[in-house]
Amino acid sequence: MEIISAVAILGFLGLVFGIGLAFASKKFSVHLDPKLEQVQHLLPGGNCGACGNPGCFGFAESLLKGSNNVDDCRVCSEEIKEKIAGILGVSVGKQAKKIALLHCGGGVKARDKYIYDGVHDCVSANMVLGGQKACVFACLGFATCVKACPFGAISISADGLPVVDKDKCRSCGKCVSACPKKLFSLVESSHSVYVGCSSHDTGKNVRAVCSAGCIACRLCEKACKFDAIHVVDNLAVIDYNKCTSCGECVKVCPNKTLKTR
Amino acid sequence: MNLHEFLSIFISAVFIYNVILSRFLGLCPFVAISKETKPAFAMSAAVTFVITASSAVTWFIYRFLLLPFNLAYLRTLSFVLVIAALVQLIEMIIRKVSPALYRAFGIYLTLITTNCAVLGAAVLNIDMFFVKGKPVVGSFYYSLFQGVCMGLGYTLAMLIMSGIRERLEFCKVPRALHNFPIAFIIASVLSLSFMGFNGFKF
Repeated sequence: MEIISAVAILGFLGLVFGIGLAFASKKFSVHLDPKLEQVQHLLPGGNCGACGNPGCFGFAESLLKGSNNVDDCRVCSEEIKEKIAGILGVSVGKQAKKIALLHCGGGVKARDKYIYDGVHDCVSANMVLGGQKACVFACLGFATCVKACPFGAISISADGLPVVDKDKCRSCGKCVSACPKKLFSLVESSHSVYVGCSSHDTGKNVRAVCSAGCIACRLCEKACKFDAIHVVDNLAVIDYNKCTSCGECVKVCPNKTLKTR
Repeated sequence: MNLHEFLSIFISAVFIYNVILSRFLGLCPFVAISKETKPAFAMSAAVTFVITASSAVTWFIYRFLLLPFNLAYLRTLSFVLVIAALVQLIEMIIRKVSPALYRAFGIYLTLITTNCAVLGAAVLNIDMFFVKGKPVVGSFYYSLFQGVCMGLGYTLAMLIMSGIRERLEFCKVPRALHNFPIAFIIASVLSLSFMGFNGFKF
């Protein structure tokens, strides 16, 4: 008798819950666009926020609404963008690929002014007299950018400087905002020449603390045939609208501050 | 049923018999989702919510279904059934009513279906507030309140753990102890310190 009541009660419970859930799933069903799931599946899922939306789900929603373009995602490969555009029935608006650049050549070449033995993080080190480097503009080398990069594109080289892996960089801009010295910028990958220094100190002061810094000698200005490089405030600045990446300035730069990638 | 009872339930559920650090229930999310404060808090909020709701529902199931039919021995089985169905139902409702909350809870709500802390709370309520198959006076309110308090205890433990682990990110931890091993060590030290509350008598 007992076994029958046990089976009956549990069976009854199961039945009630089953019917209740079936009923509830009808009543509380949420209509989701099947495209949303497909698009979300194709998106990288890094939730980096470079598109201006809170994560990939938000981006998928705004794509469906039409308030974002497929190409606003800086992370997806071209192939995937084509696929998403196919699902949405729109065309991909092309944008040139950008890659993060480090504007510092210091590392082991830049002198230290004291020994920093605190929390192993650039932001923390920067709070102590602007970091341990004698040059206040220099990379501190505690790999805050490495931790910030969601795609593992940055690593610290033997020179003590972060190196960006061109293939892995998806130009999300996390490193740009993570660096306390603001040493990163996103530059289109077609431009190969860049300035590997951020110091606005005079040439004499730069020489005193670093062997790789810009000393504002203006040799690059004279070498440039396209009027694309100028020394502004003791630092060479390239105008990428005029630069043709010919490399003449790189040849004349005495400190090898100008680099090609 | 008086204030003194509620106070003693609060203190014992949050501190003395903390669901994670003294009863050792719900340890998997305690270690797995405690790396950052935000997800840890979302998880604890979801757990608190589900424990409270399931405390109420399982009390009714036990009182009006299992006891009259002499089936008290089936409580674990039927509670699992009830909690699973309840979580599913709550998920559907939240998804419909508040998509923002649904996204905040994320996968945690579904994960809780099989969380032992929830089942443990339901079973403990029955153990504590039913004497010889009869509910004590105010049994339902005690159960509900204990559910809330166990959720609070869970939240407390999760926040302490995630706070410590966030600070650990900046420390030089020996390579062999990186990530989980050090989390287990912290958990044990935390648990030891919570054992200290056992000395209090109310």
